[in-house]
Amino acid sequence: MDLISLGVRSIFVENMVFAYFLGMCSYLAVSKKVSTAVGLGLAVIFVLTITVPANFLIKEFILKEGALSWMGEDFTTVDLSFLQFIMFIAIIAAMVQLVEMVIEKLSPALYGSLGIFLPLIAVNCAILGSSLFMVQKDLNLIESTVYGFSSGIGWFLAIIALAAIRERLKYSNVPDGLKGLGITMLITGLMGLAFMSFIGISI
Amino acid sequence: MAIETLEHPVVKKERSENLLSKRRRKFVTDPLNDDNPITIQVLGICSALAITLKMEPTLVMSIAVLFVIVFSNLIISALRNLIPNRVRIIVQLAVIASLVTLVNEVLKAYYYDMYKVLSVYVGLIITNCIIMGRLEAFAMGNKAWDSILDGFGSGFGYAWIILAVAFFRELFGFGSLFGFEVFKAIGLESFPNNGLMVTPIGAFMILGIIIWIQRTKSGYVEH
Repeated sequence: MDLISLGVRSIFVENMVFAYFLGMCSYLAVSKKVSTAVGLGLAVIFVLTITVPANFLIKEFILKEGALSWMGEDFTTVDLSFLQFIMFIAIIAAMVQLVEMVIEKLSPALYGSLGIFLPLIAVNCAILGSSLFMVQKDLNLIESTVYGFSSGIGWFLAIIALAAIRERLKYSNVPDGLKGLGITMLITGLMGLAFMSFIGISI
Repeated sequence: MAIETLEHPVVKKERSENLLSKRRRKFVTDPLNDDNPITIQVLGICSALAITLKMEPTLVMSIAVLFVIVFSNLIISALRNLIPNRVRIIVQLAVIASLVTLVNEVLKAYYYDMYKVLSVYVGLIITNCIIMGRLEAFAMGNKAWDSILDGFGSGFGYAWIILAVAFFRELFGFGSLFGFEVFKAIGLESFPNNGLMVTPIGAFMILGIIIWIQRTKSGYVEH
C-alpha cells in the first residue's frame, strides 16, 4: 500500500516537472511534436527505472559510511559519500550507454524510435535528480525502483501534455516576443496550476 | 628611426592582443542580453526556477554556477588538445562533477543552512546544460583566457535572469528582499502576500514574462 501511495505521489503530487523543475531543458526542447515527445518520455521512464535502483546499490554498498565493511575490518569507517555526484553521473552515463547497446541488439524497431534520444538523457537532470532525491528520502531497493518508474511516468505525462498543446498552438496568433519559450513557460505554469489540484490526494 | 639593413632588420613586434580587447569584451557582454543562456538559448532552466524562491539562495547559486562554469571552461580549454574526441563528454562530466563536489563540500562546511535550502540542486549543477553547452561550443575550441571570459559572460547572463526572477518572487511572495521586509518598512503594513509566487507556478509565470520583455527589447523572435 505504501508503494502505491509513493507511486501516485511521485506521478501527480511531486511531479518532476511541475514541482521540482527537473528535466526542463529537454522538456522544452523536444516538446514540439507528440510523436517525438512519446519517444523521449518512454526512454526517460526506461532509464529512470534502471538507474535509480542501480544508484541505490552503489550508495548502499560502496558510498555510505561503513558500507565498505564487506571488504574487511579496515574499511568499516570509510565514508565515501562525497564521491556521490561523480559516481552517480558515471553510473548514469554508463547505464545509458548499456541500455542503448542492449536495445539496439534486442529490438531494432524500438532502437529506431528511442535511439537518438538516449544519449540526450545522460544529461537530463530528471535522472540525476531522482537519484539524489532517492538518497534524500532514504528509500530502500523496492521503493527506489517504484520511485524511479513513477517519476518517469510523471515526466512522460507532462511532456506529452505539453507537446499536444504546442501542436495546437501553431495555429494561434502569439505576440512576437512571447513566441516559443515565453508562451511555453506560461502554459507550463497553467498546467502546474492544474496539477496542484492533486495535492490533497492520499491513498 | 632605424634604417633597415641586412644586418639590422627592423623587427616589427607583433602586438599581442589586449587582455580586454573589443573582441574579448563581446564574450562577456553578449550573453548578458543578445545571446542570454536562459532567455535566448533556453538552457539551464531547471535550476533557474527551483532555487529562485528567495534572493539569498539565488545569489549563492549564481556564485556557485559562476565558479563552476569559469573553472570548467579554463580546465577544459587548457586540456582541449589532449582530450580524445570520443571520450570528451565523459571528461567534461568528470571535470564538472569534481568542481561541483568542491562547491558542495564548501557549502556543507561553512554555510550549512544554505546547503539544506539548496539540497539536491547543488548537485544538479552537473547537469546544468549551460555549462555543458559552453564546454562543447566554446572551451573545446578556444584559448584559456577567452574561455574564462566566456565563462564569466554566461555566468553573469544566467545570474541576472535568476536574480530578477527571485526579486519578484520574494517581493510578492513574502513581501521582503534578502529577508528585509520591504512593504512593512515603507508603511504598507497590510500589503497582501501572493501565495502563488511561493509555488512553482509563480516561477514559471515570472520567467515567462521576463522572457517576453527581454525578447521584445532585444528583438529576438523564435520560429
